[in-house]
Amino acid sequence: MTATPDAIGKRLPRRDAADKLAGAARYTDDLTRPGMLHAAILGSPWPSARILAIDTAAARALPGVKAVLTGADLPARRWGLFVYDETPLAAGVVRYVGEPVAAVAATDLATARAAAALIEVDYEELAPVLSIEEALKDGAIPVHPDFDGYEKRPDLGFERVNEIARQEFSEGDVESAWGNCDVVVEGVYEVPSQSHVYLEPVSAIAEFDRAGKLTVQSANQSVYKVQATLSRALDLPMSNIRVATPAIGGAFGGKSGVTIQPLVAHLARATGRPVRLTLTREEDFMAMRRRHPAIVRVRTGAKTDGTLVARDLDIVYDGGAYAEDSPAVLGFGLLMARGPYTIPHCRLRGRAVYTNRLRAAGFRGYGNPQVTFATEAQIDELAGRLGLDPVELRLKNAVEAGGRWIGGQTITSCGLSECLTEARDASGWTGKRHRAGAGAGADAETGGKRRGIGVSAFAHICGLLGTSATVRLLEDGTVTLATGAVDLGQGAEAVLAQICAGALDLDIGRINSAPVDSDAAPYNWSTGGSRVTYMAGRAVVQAAGAVREQIVRHAAELFECAPADIEIRPGGRAGIVGVPEKEIGFGDISLRAHYRSGGPIIGSGALVYDGEAFDTKEALIRNYPFERIGTYVFGAHVVEVEVDTVTGKVDILRAWMAHDVGRAINPTEVEGQIQGGFVQGAGYALLEELLWEDGQPINPSMMDYKVFGALDLPLGLHPIIVEDPEPSGPFGAKGIGEPPLVGAAPAIANAVAHATGLRLRTLPMTPERVLDALDAAAIRDPEMPAPDRDPEPTPGA
Amino acid sequence: MTGGGVAPVDLTVNGEPLTLLAGPGATLLDLLRSRAQLTGSKQGCNSGVCGVCTVLVDGKTARACLMLAADCAGRTVVTIEGLDDDPHAAVLGEEMAKAGAVQCGYCTPGIVVALTDLFRRTAVPPDAAAVRHWLGGNICRCTGYVSIVEAAVRAGQRSVGADIEARAP
Repeated sequence: MTATPDAIGKRLPRRDAADKLAGAARYTDDLTRPGMLHAAILGSPWPSARILAIDTAAARALPGVKAVLTGADLPARRWGLFVYDETPLAAGVVRYVGEPVAAVAATDLATARAAAALIEVDYEELAPVLSIEEALKDGAIPVHPDFDGYEKRPDLGFERVNEIARQEFSEGDVESAWGNCDVVVEGVYEVPSQSHVYLEPVSAIAEFDRAGKLTVQSANQSVYKVQATLSRALDLPMSNIRVATPAIGGAFGGKSGVTIQPLVAHLARATGRPVRLTLTREEDFMAMRRRHPAIVRVRTGAKTDGTLVARDLDIVYDGGAYAEDSPAVLGFGLLMARGPYTIPHCRLRGRAVYTNRLRAAGFRGYGNPQVTFATEAQIDELAGRLGLDPVELRLKNAVEAGGRWIGGQTITSCGLSECLTEARDASGWTGKRHRAGAGAGADAETGGKRRGIGVSAFAHICGLLGTSATVRLLEDGTVTLATGAVDLGQGAEAVLAQICAGALDLDIGRINSAPVDSDAAPYNWSTGGSRVTYMAGRAVVQAAGAVREQIVRHAAELFECAPADIEIRPGGRAGIVGVPEKEIGFGDISLRAHYRSGGPIIGSGALVYDGEAFDTKEALIRNYPFERIGTYVFGAHVVEVEVDTVTGKVDILRAWMAHDVGRAINPTEVEGQIQGGFVQGAGYALLEELLWEDGQPINPSMMDYKVFGALDLPLGLHPIIVEDPEPSGPFGAKGIGEPPLVGAAPAIANAVAHATGLRLRTLPMTPERVLDALDAAAIRDPEMPAPDRDPEPTPGA
Repeated sequence: MTGGGVAPVDLTVNGEPLTLLAGPGATLLDLLRSRAQLTGSKQGCNSGVCGVCTVLVDGKTARACLMLAADCAGRTVVTIEGLDDDPHAAVLGEEMAKAGAVQCGYCTPGIVVALTDLFRRTAVPPDAAAVRHWLGGNICRCTGYVSIVEAAVRAGQRSVGADIEARAP
């Protein structure tokens, strides 16, 4: 193919935009089926309780009710990703508030909800485990007393009650390395539970045909993961399960595994009719997924010249009531815990634990935001102690292409230093950094507002597991591309079509993308892990390459020349090299293939992530479930904030977000990921936290759990695209979905520290926490009016 | 709806007079989505916070999830489907698509309805501050808002005041 096909790097508008703008895109809850029933669930009121009895008589007696299911009605088949601990409805005990205990299918939604409210459950309350400390203390109550009996794939080494996983990545000799450090910083960092708040609540429609085949349409990130788990949950062969995907209203990791699909399938099985369940926002907040809160203990040491020497990190993630992604989240966090720096001596250990709170799972960043918030704070703390510029300290230790990641993998491409220098230079870093932020005298002039500027550098991966694609040449020379990459809204369809157009040197208008449906689409492990552009993109390039080969063969036969003399020309033509007038269109070649010779042209591509494996001779790697994860991606953020020392509010003024994406297939889409990811990360830094009191969620609504609105953020969120092509990537591209979130909170925290001189080690940095820190440091100007710390509630609010 | 209590509601939706059956407690959003099969108005939070159900009621931006269906009798409702031929919405759509301001699309219809209302009301193209203020009730979890606001400003410059005739509701 030509070096720079026309479609690559173009800001092409997305094809799905027109339907979405017109309200014509169909999401799961927009769909109905003839005879469809509506479902409702009843959730647990207790964080931990034994179910003594459930009385469903009144619910069943309500006219219009077609089925009422409880855990006792369902087969005792547990599923999970690593630990098989989940059931569609609570089986005997409830483990978090909101856990589905019973479900109803009825002829209309109001009846289903009324019936669910009539179900009476007799509980015996049990003592709950409500924190990491309670989960791990001596004599802790087990959240899963039957844990030893659960199937586990693989078994990841559990040493204490409530441990879901315990892992370690270590290199060098950290204990003896402290003696070589001139400066050591140490801290404990706490990060909160963030909710995905995809705007489309989880929804699914299930139905069985008379031959016993199940069809499920749902909001999901992988039709194949859903298909495999349904197979286990319902004891059906995968060949009897079809999983299709309507439009998805955001996911961010929250729809990556099965959610309610097994429950809805059971209701469809029980009633013999199509059933739709859409969670209310409150149910979605309480019963779906969240980011793992964590406690991170870190110690990092350096020489006076800034050379990083050693790091000891211990993290505990609160996995909630079910294991889900926890073992992989933990392992990935540890893989990122050295940061994008060369640190010869590292001991990185962690655990994920059960508690009686909502299960935690994958969420944009996947264990990395927790770790990077802590470690990037420490780099700034070291810079402060050493009197070095934070950007310079990072540049001095930054990894480079050809260097090693912890665990021994070679870094194959790396634009980290360029990200740092570009973000620094674009932001006017040097001048702003030297402006006094924490000077007490400044307050009088600024009304108590202090500005600061902070930086973060970070890494992530793209890669992971298997994927595949097919490219079919239609009779008129246009193309149907099929992949298994569900589009969550981030533009997977657009980018893969663009890669296909590039690989065939065609206009994108000639590429049709097939819907992602497990009956027809080639396998893709998941839309997650920032992997679709890189992994599915590679499969698309392979498949398109196979089509090109067949086109060349046909052309060579027609022109009676060697295949080596045939070239593919832009716009869908094949011709003889050096003879411009000798050429034939893809349409004519395709007709020949369909009706005369060779058979219809179809190409396929398939791969499993095939980068270098971890080197277990170089590093101690304990209980890690993967041999290799992916190719490393890099970024750096610079953020300017203003801290109001009167109210404690932190405002983001501007941000410069530099990301090495290898090659931007569509710069507009890349920028959308950078801005959107940064804003979600800013919410994590400043605003968002799911809260519980005595195990009861206290803010499970969008009224009480706030996310940023258009007025809360500046327009000056500047994406900077850095392109250091990845040799293995499609046209050099790497992933971008998650890193923009990862780098947000640490840069904001470092900017707050620059503004105030205070290091906040707990997220979110709410006004209350900022004021507490200011009070503790007693640097708030006593002349300033005292803020109203505990305002009276507004009447009627 | 559980048998009794279902009552007909007469209203005008996207220019068409309709009689729709509403159960007790049913909202305008229920009516539009379930009875009128107008699914462009989305259900997001059911508490008037997220704005994905934004419609025009008697020419003004409203949250369909907060309005009781029974209170909509005699009113004129315009949903995203009713803006299909609207010149402001068309220009806005072009600019949003070009700017990458449409990602998952779940907030998009509500934002288009809200901004079309803004463009109809104003004689001068709104600046970024006015757009941000106007979108205070529309949450987007994907874009970070920058592309939406910039697209809206450009759309306003193209369509507001460009053709007075087009601004008639």
